[in-house]
Amino acid sequence: MPAASVSLRAGYLAHVSRRRLAVAGMLAALLVLGALALSVGAVRVPLGEVVSALLGRAESPRIGLIVLNIRLPQALAAVLAGFGLSAAGVVMQSVLRNPLGSPFTLGISQAAAFGAALAVIVFDAGVMGSRQADAVSIASPALVTAMAFAACLAATGVIIALARVRGATPEVMVLAGVALGSLFTAGTMFLQYFADDVQLAAMVFWSFGDLARADWDDLAVMAGCGLPILAWFASRAYAFNALDAGDETARGLGVRVGRERLLGMVAAALLTAVVVAFLGVIGFVGLICPHAARFIVGDDHRFLYPAAGLLGGCLLLAADVAARIVVSPHVLPVSVLTACLGAPAFILLLLRRRA
Amino acid sequence: MSLAVSNLSFGYNGRMVVDQVSFDLAPGRILAILGPNGVGKTTLLKCLNAILKPRGGTVLVEDIDVLCLSRREVARRFGYVPQRLEAGRLTVFDAVLLGRTPHLGLRPSVHDVAVVERVILRLGLAPLGLRHLDRLSGGELQKVAVARALAQEPRILLFDEPTASLDLKNQMDILGTIREVVAGQNVSAVLTMHDVSAALRFADACLLMKSGRVLAHVAADALSGETIGEVYGLPVRVETVYGQRVVIPCT
Repeated sequence: MPAASVSLRAGYLAHVSRRRLAVAGMLAALLVLGALALSVGAVRVPLGEVVSALLGRAESPRIGLIVLNIRLPQALAAVLAGFGLSAAGVVMQSVLRNPLGSPFTLGISQAAAFGAALAVIVFDAGVMGSRQADAVSIASPALVTAMAFAACLAATGVIIALARVRGATPEVMVLAGVALGSLFTAGTMFLQYFADDVQLAAMVFWSFGDLARADWDDLAVMAGCGLPILAWFASRAYAFNALDAGDETARGLGVRVGRERLLGMVAAALLTAVVVAFLGVIGFVGLICPHAARFIVGDDHRFLYPAAGLLGGCLLLAADVAARIVVSPHVLPVSVLTACLGAPAFILLLLRRRA
Repeated sequence: MSLAVSNLSFGYNGRMVVDQVSFDLAPGRILAILGPNGVGKTTLLKCLNAILKPRGGTVLVEDIDVLCLSRREVARRFGYVPQRLEAGRLTVFDAVLLGRTPHLGLRPSVHDVAVVERVILRLGLAPLGLRHLDRLSGGELQKVAVARALAQEPRILLFDEPTASLDLKNQMDILGTIREVVAGQNVSAVLTMHDVSAALRFADACLLMKSGRVLAHVAADALSGETIGEVYGLPVRVETVYGQRVVIPCT
């Protein structure tokens, strides 16, 4: 075999290992941040005690309660929501052929929030509380998720229809997303306007994207809906790669383009709906994490998808830890922090596209 | 015959774009589809591998009607190189590996990687193997698209204006590559083209279209100036210069 051949294959396999290593590194970072998230907060729990609490051998029942019933579900929610939003962003960017696509920039997150608010206020699917961390406890997760999903589908339908129109540039689609986002936000405000004082306060707290409200029941529903979708996305890596190469190339490669696009968007919308219904609108994760991952591992979905998801989890865990530290003893909603990171990154992306 | 097309038709809103087209093509041969803009060349090409669903007719590849097969099965028989190519942050190797999609399980096997490697070496793309597509020139990108189509291990290669937007040297390179590949792998190729002289030089046969119909289907060395003139609506002469037949518009 000629030398060029040996070096080509060896070079490619080395390239694949490097990308695997990068993904493994992100997984390690996620675990470190996860440990940090269990340890940091109003009550500082040393890492050693975190481990013994996780193993069910906490030194005091109070520490065990904090770690297992408050911080662990919150950390898992951060990972699941970050992974989910970021994965939804990757899929939307691919199936819409739009680098600016994400649940938030296309207005789909805002639609989900409206649907969930409608379920809570009008259909009594939630119970209003007076504490910030538990402003609304969701009494009927199925109804809230279903209504959030229905609203998401409406927004997704508009976006898909627009994507079919020739000449709909990424910028046009994002502007349509802004319009959709404003419309659904206005809808949510309309609901708030007719709410009483307690409901209003509760709704305002609730509409902040916040991880602190996740408990084990919420987490079970999120995982039950989210994990099958995430697994399905992983199995479509090659189809999404083909879509990135253009519709005609994809068809020529045997990919059923219309079907992949529709199923991909609907699944991404459902994923967004589940996250938003339980945690509120957490913006920009689905935009910046996929792009950071593209920068590190490239556009091959075999690596891009897990990398973007893990970065999403890392970002939300980090934001959650920071939210507990920055104005301690107060805890900021994470969406405030992701917006601080995300808005400049979004503007940077727009500028780079112009160049 | 490796490809036999009969009575293929396609239309939008009642207007026939491809009208009762029939032709066949032997293995190892190149067919150039010629005709003015908007005459249905690209549409015909896309009907062959069912990217567009034809209204009627049959497309037989080695005696199997591909219009009855699944997308994936069609993709194992036809490699398609579109006119517009997308360049993302994908390495050349991964871009060519994409050509294995119709053969793929969940992830590429050792065999898939070996096929891709062979194709890349064959097209002389080895030095670019790990470069990202967005760092390639137009000619290099076109070669990657050819490599991807070859990695499909198809019986027939379809090219939609492979020379559009390429400079003279790259045009000759890509047509030469197609010529070599067709001879070497014993596949056949169908190309849509605008450059009639290049078609005379590289193709074995020419299919001339006018308003969706086949006006002539002749061997390239038998194509006359009158036929070309009739298709394009312009008097032309075909002259032999330095042993090459070239088309000269007489206006």
